[in-house]
Amino acid sequence: MLRSSQPLTGPNRRRCREDETLLGTILDEGERGFIIDTRSAQAAKQARMTGGGTESKSSYPQWRRLHRPLERGRPLQESFAKLVEACSDPSLSMDRWLGRLESSRWLSHVKAALSTACLAAQCMDREEAKVLVHGAEGTDTTLLVTALAQVILDPSCRTLAGFQGLLEREWIQAGHPFHLRCAHSAYSHARLKQEAPLFLLFLDCVWQLSRQFPFSLEFGEQLLLSLFDNAYASAYGTFLCNNEKERSLCKVKESTHSLWAWLNQPEEQQKLLNPLYSHNTLVIWPSVEPQSLQLWQGLFLRWIRPSQHLAEAWAEIQRLVEES
Amino acid sequence: VENVRLLDRLSSRKAVLGTLYLTATHVIFVENGSETRKETWVLHSQISSIEKQATTATGCPLLIRCKNFQVIQLVIPQERDCHDIYISLIRLTRPVKYEELYCFSFNPKLDKEEREQGWKLVDLNEEYNRMGVPNNYWQICDVNRDYGVCDSYPTEVYVPKSATAHIIVGSSKFRSRRRFPALSYYCKDNNASICRSSQPLSGFSARCLEDEQMLQAIRKANPGSDFIYVVDTRPKLNAMANRAAGKGYENEDNYSNIKFQFIGIENIHVMRNSLQKMLEVCELKSPSMSDFLWGLENSGWLKHIKAIMDAGIFIAKAVAEEGVSVLVHCSDGWDRTAQVCSVASLLLDPYYRTMKGFMVLIEKDWVSFGHKFNHRYGNLDGDPKEISPVIDQFIECVWQLMEQFPCAFEFNERFLIHVQHHIYSCQFGNFLCNSQKERRELKIQERTYSLWAHLWKNRADYLNPLYRSDHSQNQGTLHPQIAPCNFLYKFWSGMYNRFEKGLHPRQSVTDYLMAVKEETQQLEEELEVLGERLANLQKSQLGDNKVKSKQQDRSKQLRLSTSNNSLANTPQEYSNDLKSFPSRSPSQGDEEDSALILTQDNLKSSDPDLSANSDQESGVEDLSCRSPSGGGCLPSEDSGKDSDEAVFLAG
Repeated sequence: MLRSSQPLTGPNRRRCREDETLLGTILDEGERGFIIDTRSAQAAKQARMTGGGTESKSSYPQWRRLHRPLERGRPLQESFAKLVEACSDPSLSMDRWLGRLESSRWLSHVKAALSTACLAAQCMDREEAKVLVHGAEGTDTTLLVTALAQVILDPSCRTLAGFQGLLEREWIQAGHPFHLRCAHSAYSHARLKQEAPLFLLFLDCVWQLSRQFPFSLEFGEQLLLSLFDNAYASAYGTFLCNNEKERSLCKVKESTHSLWAWLNQPEEQQKLLNPLYSHNTLVIWPSVEPQSLQLWQGLFLRWIRPSQHLAEAWAEIQRLVEES
Repeated sequence: VENVRLLDRLSSRKAVLGTLYLTATHVIFVENGSETRKETWVLHSQISSIEKQATTATGCPLLIRCKNFQVIQLVIPQERDCHDIYISLIRLTRPVKYEELYCFSFNPKLDKEEREQGWKLVDLNEEYNRMGVPNNYWQICDVNRDYGVCDSYPTEVYVPKSATAHIIVGSSKFRSRRRFPALSYYCKDNNASICRSSQPLSGFSARCLEDEQMLQAIRKANPGSDFIYVVDTRPKLNAMANRAAGKGYENEDNYSNIKFQFIGIENIHVMRNSLQKMLEVCELKSPSMSDFLWGLENSGWLKHIKAIMDAGIFIAKAVAEEGVSVLVHCSDGWDRTAQVCSVASLLLDPYYRTMKGFMVLIEKDWVSFGHKFNHRYGNLDGDPKEISPVIDQFIECVWQLMEQFPCAFEFNERFLIHVQHHIYSCQFGNFLCNSQKERRELKIQERTYSLWAHLWKNRADYLNPLYRSDHSQNQGTLHPQIAPCNFLYKFWSGMYNRFEKGLHPRQSVTDYLMAVKEETQQLEEELEVLGERLANLQKSQLGDNKVKSKQQDRSKQLRLSTSNNSLANTPQEYSNDLKSFPSRSPSQGDEEDSALILTQDNLKSSDPDLSANSDQESGVEDLSCRSPSGGGCLPSEDSGKDSDEAVFLAG
């Protein structure tokens, strides 16, 4: 699986020999590859007007392009804000709750993200084909898809250490602009242009996987919540800045502590582990039917719903497993 | 009929070829495959509707919808055969006499005494005694011993000490269907009680001295409070409309010391339509999130569930926190009243959250108090307007509570699903007819078997591993969050999409934890035995320094349960654009994952009751392992490379 940003074909349908060669070398003679473009066909076409574009069939004959539009940017942030609003609205009656949940469209985004990641995984696992994923910039929906696909495909990404490695690779080092994207979160009135909860969407999708495959992830909800918190506001330098270059300029590694170092301390790690974990070497294929996807109550209703009884249940599960 | 195809609902391209059989009690589809011969059995009682669809090039489609929400899509090659099957099924699923029902021919091969014992398992007299009655305030009343006062009530009810026979009879004449106020639940800690009745025949201005005295008697039976609540579970508008028909509700001016309250749960027709709409959403092929959520909201189903729950919470609070008695009624006092009283009891008393207690609760508030099982669930062919998912809603309330309080119930989700299944299956005699009177006339207990005994025998499959009677969640009343709480109500896909295995979490945490618990128990017992042996050895070898003790290395065998079986999890259709994969369809070579359940010795598949005897019901999944012709359990037939993969346990 590869990722990139969009090719700069522009309105004059420019070509680039080096780019074509690069993509050509990846595929064997006669082999086909898939390009998953996270923009709609129309949006991708329109991108040409501003210098961007798509890989044309004639220039990249061995690659088959699939469009799977995923929401990003301002609309995604709006979706997030609307959902949080619906969750905390005390006057909302039951006969309008689902409608409000729906009009935030958050769960639709979860469904779309998981479906696309599964598609990428399917290409690789079932079709045994190589996949190139890109959107526009290659820093948002692209990473969402590649990271999720790896959780689905690769059992080592589902271990605690492997998941941290995945985050480092596919989000931090890949250059997801955390500083811009995770500035103010849902309650802020300042609708910043660059703010968008892609990382949260990723965490939500991982949570959906943990719900559908309760034995297959070495970590639990606690880790995901902790990552969410730290992406927005952290005592650690792990999620600072927008890319490796900025981190280097700001000397982040020299002047801050790593979140991973803290999380991996034995006492902290204990709290993050899933007592039901059992190493599963298989690919985990989630169901993306609406009935199978649920609102991540642990995050969106964190301060609203009583968690005591669920915490007690988890303690009981822990106890049962430890006693065995 | 041969060469019939059974279609998969989720992926219309997957179809299985087989033979369809019709017997006196079941519809059976047997798959053709030489090795598997998987069978699908459906009881006629379970069939809710049959739809013959337009003939296509591939054949004549027949859609069978069941009361347990299974939907079976068949394609029959010849139109003539399809028509025959359709007509036969129409007749078979609309029995006219009780004797046609399965429970009268079902034979689990138990002797007469076992059958009797089975019926004695739940004893309502014992239950009332457990509650604390009869006592100084409450007495048993046999004025209805020949069903002379109210034919839908049981022969014995509990009434306040100060309610004489005269008062009771008088009150019964002033109540719809003669269903006078009687005790449903008594709280011995504070003498508050929940009583139930039907609506008074008050019209606009009618009064009845005895009825007013009856309510006073209820109040007097609770010295701790100087008033009682009267809760009318109907919407105010409906109740008012009833007045024009000479019925209505209690006027606070006429009844001294009552506080009257409307709760606003809709009637059986609204509920029937609500379920219908929700099932339509469930039948959508690949709905978007939007379709699903809007569809669910439009059905109003969760809103109704919440309304019932809110009513139960109100009553539980009145009893537990205010120490005030409550009289509950709706129109006839056998639908919403039953729902609300049983939810309240469940919240109040941890006993009803045990398996036995739950059976007792249903026997008390539903069976004995004359809930019209026959009319509501269509045992016999009857008026379609009487059909309504009343007890289904109650069962769902219990499930919603289980989700909020995972440690508080002794039984698990599977228990609830099986109870619901059998309410419709008519395999056992508990839920036949409309009243105790009718059941006794038919001699149900002598001619059929009790579901409770059957479930009790298999109770190991129905336990909740997180339940501990000494857990904090089980001391006293449950307090569900009241507001905000909309989000607490979830869509119950385990029930309404029960047979679509692809939708549910593949791995059953419940089963795994139960197995863990069992193994831990076994190990502890062995440890005890070994300890004793050691002590004996030590005694007999006094002075001998070397004591031999058997050390056995217990590896965590259980841990491996999820990894040394073969069941592949297969991808669903993520791509609507089939042309993406011209070389090979994504599902090519994949087996229907719904078919592949491998059971272990200590891990059960989801419908074990089907294995207890050779009579089987519906459910694709179980039969592959339990069917008499199918033999043992079968490994995955997924394409070779996935053969050494982890198991996904049906849950």
